[in-house]
Amino acid sequence: MDPVTLLPQMFNGLVQGTFYALLSLGLAIIFGVLRVVNFAHGAFFMLGAFAAYILLQQSGLPFWAALIVAPLVVGLLGMVLERTLIRRLYALDPLYNFLLTFGITLILQDAMRLRYGMQGQPYAPPRELAGATNLGLFFYPNYRLFAVLFAIAVCVAVWYLIERTRVGMIVRAATEKPDLTRALGVDVDRWVTPVFGFGVGLAALGGVLAAPMQSVYPLMGAELIITVFAVVVIGGLGSIVGAIVAGLLVGVVFGIGLAVVPPLANTLVFILMAVVLLVRPAGLFGSVEAA
Amino acid sequence: MNTRTVRLAGYGIGLILALALPRILYPVLALDILLWGLFAISVDLLLGFVGLLSFGHAMFWGLGGYAAGYLTKSIALDYPFAALVGAGAAVLLAVPTGYLAIRSTGIYFAMVTLAFAQMVFYVVNEARPITGGENGLQGISRTFLGSAIQDATAFYYAALPLILFGYWLAYRIVHSPFGHVLVAIRDNEARAQALGYPTGRYKLLAFVLSAFLSGLAGGLYSLGHGFAALELVHWSTSGTAVVMTILGGIGTLWGSILGAAIFLLLRDWLSTFTDAWGVVTGTIFIVIVLGFRRGIWGTLLHSLHRRRGSAGEITTLTEPAITTVDGAEPRPREGEEGAPVSPATRA
Repeated sequence: MDPVTLLPQMFNGLVQGTFYALLSLGLAIIFGVLRVVNFAHGAFFMLGAFAAYILLQQSGLPFWAALIVAPLVVGLLGMVLERTLIRRLYALDPLYNFLLTFGITLILQDAMRLRYGMQGQPYAPPRELAGATNLGLFFYPNYRLFAVLFAIAVCVAVWYLIERTRVGMIVRAATEKPDLTRALGVDVDRWVTPVFGFGVGLAALGGVLAAPMQSVYPLMGAELIITVFAVVVIGGLGSIVGAIVAGLLVGVVFGIGLAVVPPLANTLVFILMAVVLLVRPAGLFGSVEAA
Repeated sequence: MNTRTVRLAGYGIGLILALALPRILYPVLALDILLWGLFAISVDLLLGFVGLLSFGHAMFWGLGGYAAGYLTKSIALDYPFAALVGAGAAVLLAVPTGYLAIRSTGIYFAMVTLAFAQMVFYVVNEARPITGGENGLQGISRTFLGSAIQDATAFYYAALPLILFGYWLAYRIVHSPFGHVLVAIRDNEARAQALGYPTGRYKLLAFVLSAFLSGLAGGLYSLGHGFAALELVHWSTSGTAVVMTILGGIGTLWGSILGAAIFLLLRDWLSTFTDAWGVVTGTIFIVIVLGFRRGIWGTLLHSLHRRRGSAGEITTLTEPAITTVDGAEPRPREGEEGAPVSPATRA
């Protein structure tokens, strides 16, 4: 396989991988603090894309504004859902919240289908990012380059926030030993709703970034979230670095798969997951006790 | 009346109802209720009695459906054999996926099974020469002893013995010494291990048996409808089976049939004036999980037992028994009561 055909596909895979990373990062943070595996994460991704689309259609808000406004709006919706529904089930087994968020997913998807139909809505990339750049061996669309770099920058920023700041320290402490953190005088509960909103906002941000690359449609998050679950199993649930690395890795594997064995590309991710389960059931970056 | 009489009467009524169902409803819907019921029972077998939530059972239901459909189309296999081969195919798939999935518990198990089912979905979609890809397998005409069974009512009664066999098998599994070990594993895996039970092997066998029932139901489903489509292996199908199980009541077995019946009747009724079925299903999920965790059958049994003042034989009546994620304590928050998940699950 010559690099001229393989490299663009690897790049495409990397683009896909940044979405996996953004979503699994949000899942990891939410799981860490709330012990909730948020099935609706894919639906929030989809809502992010729709928010960008609606903002453009209704109020002419350009892509750059949507990049900030859409995650805020969807993150706020996430916080409302946390306050009204998800909060009620913390005392129970995490599976109940998994089922609850599955129900939320069905409702959100169906509501968008009823309003906008199953057909995809087009969303043009911003004019500033039209065209393509010569990367030496091949031309690559400017928008995709931007999306990759931007998403990676967001991932790094979030990593910095969690690992190097005081807020991140509280989140990490609450993840590992909630009771001890409380005993030390930290009001853990105060952080629950904002953390959920933040994770949801990351998903919505991914949706806004994805909107110009694919059309905006109600089921755009549904298959993505299942692949992201495989990514989470590969990376190790609750691991920040694991979420980012596994996301990018799975994306590149998918890209190579598309170039080498197209019919198997979608399956490769799950084969990778099976191998990881066999060799390291806790995931590449997960601690054994978390599995 | 003692319990035995009540139970026998219950089975008698159930059998009469099963025989009369195609006369009460239209036969295709009647068959759907029994088959989705069997499918939901297979989910309950894992969820209610081993404490494992499979969110990927569509892979077994779908593989059973495709295998039965393909063999009927290609070599005109008689329907009972086609359905059983479908169940066998599901078993073959369940061995490797189960082996990998049972390495995880709780929420991980749900995610892993969901992911495997998605893999099967992609494989089925790509395997066009066999599965027909997006078009599915059309025009499956079920046969028996060389002659076609065209009438839907006739096929209902033809399939009934196999379905009842599936119900009976599930009942036998739950009420066998094997089933009791499963419940012991659900309530406290470490203790079951300490007692000398190879819990991994028990869980795998339960997973495989559950897949067998799903495959059998799925095989009969595609034969009953005359086609096998991608929807059979779609993730939403796994979700539908789970909602039927929890609607009926986790760990109640027969509740799953009731859950399937109510779900399908509701859909049948609502489809005349709305197509917002996803909103309805999602709402059912949320309502049950928030405030009706015993399910219908579970609530009935609970009130029955409370009136009689006995504890009942199934231990799950107090609260649905989903085990906690290994090692992670349920985390009650301030101002809320402590975790009322079946107390025995916490070591």
